[in-house]
Amino acid sequence: MRTPGSETSKVPFWRDIRVLRILAQIVFLMVVVAGILWAISNYRQRGLIFSYSFLEKEASFDLAEGIQFSPTDSYARAFLVGVINTIRVAVAGIVLATLLGLITGIARLSRNWLVSKIATVYIEIIRNTPLLVQLFFLYFAVIMKLPRLSEAVVMPGPAYLSNRGIVAPWPRLAETFNLWWPFLVAAAAAAVVLIIIRRRSQQRIGRPSIRAVWVFACLVLIPVAGWLVVPGNPLWLDVPELIIKSGGVLKVEGGVNFSSEFIALLLGLVIYTGAYIAEVVRAGIQSVAKGQTEAARAQGFTSGQITRLIVLPQALRVIIPPLISQYLNLTKNSSLAIAIGFLDLYAVSQTMLNQSGRVVEVFFMIMGSYLAISLTISLIMNIVNKRMQIVER
Amino acid sequence: MSDQAEVKKPPRVEVGVLGWLKKNLFSPWYNTLLTVVSVGFVVFFGRVILLWAFHSARWEVVTTNLKVFMIGRYPAAEAWRVLVSLGVVALLAGLTWAFRKAKDSPVRRWLVLAWIVSFPVIGILLRGFGEDNPFLPKVSAEVWSGLLLTLVLAIVGIVASFPLGVLLALGRRSRLPVVKVLCTIYIEAIRGVPLISVLFMSQLMLPLFLPPQIRLATVMRALTGITLFSAAYTAENIRGGLAAVPIGQYEAAQAVGLNKALMMILVILPQALRNVIPAIVGQFISLFKDTTLVVIVGLLELLGIAKAVTGQRQFIGLHQEVYFFVALLFFICCYLMSHASRRLEKALGVGER
Repeated sequence: MRTPGSETSKVPFWRDIRVLRILAQIVFLMVVVAGILWAISNYRQRGLIFSYSFLEKEASFDLAEGIQFSPTDSYARAFLVGVINTIRVAVAGIVLATLLGLITGIARLSRNWLVSKIATVYIEIIRNTPLLVQLFFLYFAVIMKLPRLSEAVVMPGPAYLSNRGIVAPWPRLAETFNLWWPFLVAAAAAAVVLIIIRRRSQQRIGRPSIRAVWVFACLVLIPVAGWLVVPGNPLWLDVPELIIKSGGVLKVEGGVNFSSEFIALLLGLVIYTGAYIAEVVRAGIQSVAKGQTEAARAQGFTSGQITRLIVLPQALRVIIPPLISQYLNLTKNSSLAIAIGFLDLYAVSQTMLNQSGRVVEVFFMIMGSYLAISLTISLIMNIVNKRMQIVER
Repeated sequence: MSDQAEVKKPPRVEVGVLGWLKKNLFSPWYNTLLTVVSVGFVVFFGRVILLWAFHSARWEVVTTNLKVFMIGRYPAAEAWRVLVSLGVVALLAGLTWAFRKAKDSPVRRWLVLAWIVSFPVIGILLRGFGEDNPFLPKVSAEVWSGLLLTLVLAIVGIVASFPLGVLLALGRRSRLPVVKVLCTIYIEAIRGVPLISVLFMSQLMLPLFLPPQIRLATVMRALTGITLFSAAYTAENIRGGLAAVPIGQYEAAQAVGLNKALMMILVILPQALRNVIPAIVGQFISLFKDTTLVVIVGLLELLGIAKAVTGQRQFIGLHQEVYFFVALLFFICCYLMSHASRRLEKALGVGER
């Protein structure tokens, strides 16, 4: 028997925990590496070589969605088109889904029975059916059943709604825009200065010395003044026009065109993610202790001020982390575009793959792009999150 | 006089139906506005939907194809196998529910065994033996489709991903840096990409990395993809459950002389897994919804069958009816499951300790 203070007993190395740990890790690593090497050798046996040289070759397929692309462009450019389309849908989707989620989340907590029931029904229906079914329904059962272009629904603008999507008026830059944009910068700068002054005086004397109206006035008046000073219009409105060409072929010229696939995907993503965000918002608002609202009311805050100054800042702290994962889900779900024929990064990759046969290379490009987009969103949102936490304390 | 004070009834607009209406719909003034707008909204959409459902919708596309939706291309002569499988599952579920309170009953142990045995039995029953076996001719997995395939994908996916998820979760919490880093990379990489890209990998890439003599059926490849994907999410759920086990449990287990493996198996995992049951149910629901994605890689699960039905010559263009029916089917299943999971959560008392 060992006595305390005696020499440490000699543990044989095969029972020494430190040696065992290192051994275990080496064995684990060897198993993993062996598995990978086995897979690679199988890959080689098929006579396949891993190479990205196909990216510079001519794609020889056409892409009808997104930035300029012709079949003579390279595979790399085709992939870029897909990436940009994905980002386009994701950004628009995130903004709109947040708005919808915020409104329905608040509606669900409304004291108005009917409003809260409508919000609940919407949330339950959407959360309990698959997104892909909703997308199929939206695309095949709603948008594809819209009238043809020749009988397009004319909406104010004029915008033309048909089963080919929406063609809407769109502001475009004129030549004199170069003279006008300094006014926009000036307006933004002035607004920032005013906000800083407001915040300083808020801290010093307990109330802002300048009213908030002036910030908005600044943002509106300076650009308007610029518009009057600059000769001609810096922006012009590109209004779409229905043109009947020879042979009765109908065409729309001008304006901006949102394809039916884009609309279906965007609408589907917004409606789906909106329901999830609504639940996040509801949980966030409910997490603010009731005493906070009561105390604020006792201090004489108006109900608008209570929401803006007391409840929201505290709720946001709870809302933002799950909100980030909803944004990430939306971005990943945009890959369902392929099911309805929108040319996002996944759909374009699929075409690239069928043309070039480069399965593994294209797969790594898909993985890499989604990981990069996901990481960017989490990075931005984490910065926002950090700022919220500091402001709140 | 004071003891005869007159008892006044509350004003009629403060109690009863009127009071409820006033409180919930018409006060303050802007609520009245909201109510009017909402009523308009409900009436408009209700009218459109009811008119469509009872007047213009052609439901015969659903009623004639009901069997197709359920089992798809599974041979009609063998459909009894699906019904028997369903009966077995229903029987086991019923018994489990009946004996949920009887903690010490030996029946419970037999039930666990029965559940475990039922999986391979149902698998064999559905798939059969040889081509010319008199009792159970082979029904290749390639022709499994419809709701049957949806259920097979979701159930096998969640069950198969469970052990993998446990290992990944333990690996991520391991003190061995190599194990930890590799497990973390796997989990985060899978969670960072869409399911469809993992399915794509399992359909097209997996065969390239396997020896040429191994040929997996499309369904098996999809199942591999779903399992690999689901395992990363299961791992994160289980990690949460592991984190909720108090450190005293580890110390106590070590104090009574259990080694690491026994400590995990006998003490930590049972508690951790009980904590994560609701989360796993939630994951099952989302996996159940996500199985629709296999339609993109060409499998005919419920949604795929629906898409095929809309192409039938006599029912062409009836997308609304078909997709509405599919959505309704999913809604009923998911709503019941999430309802059950909420009750389960209460019954288990998660979050009440």
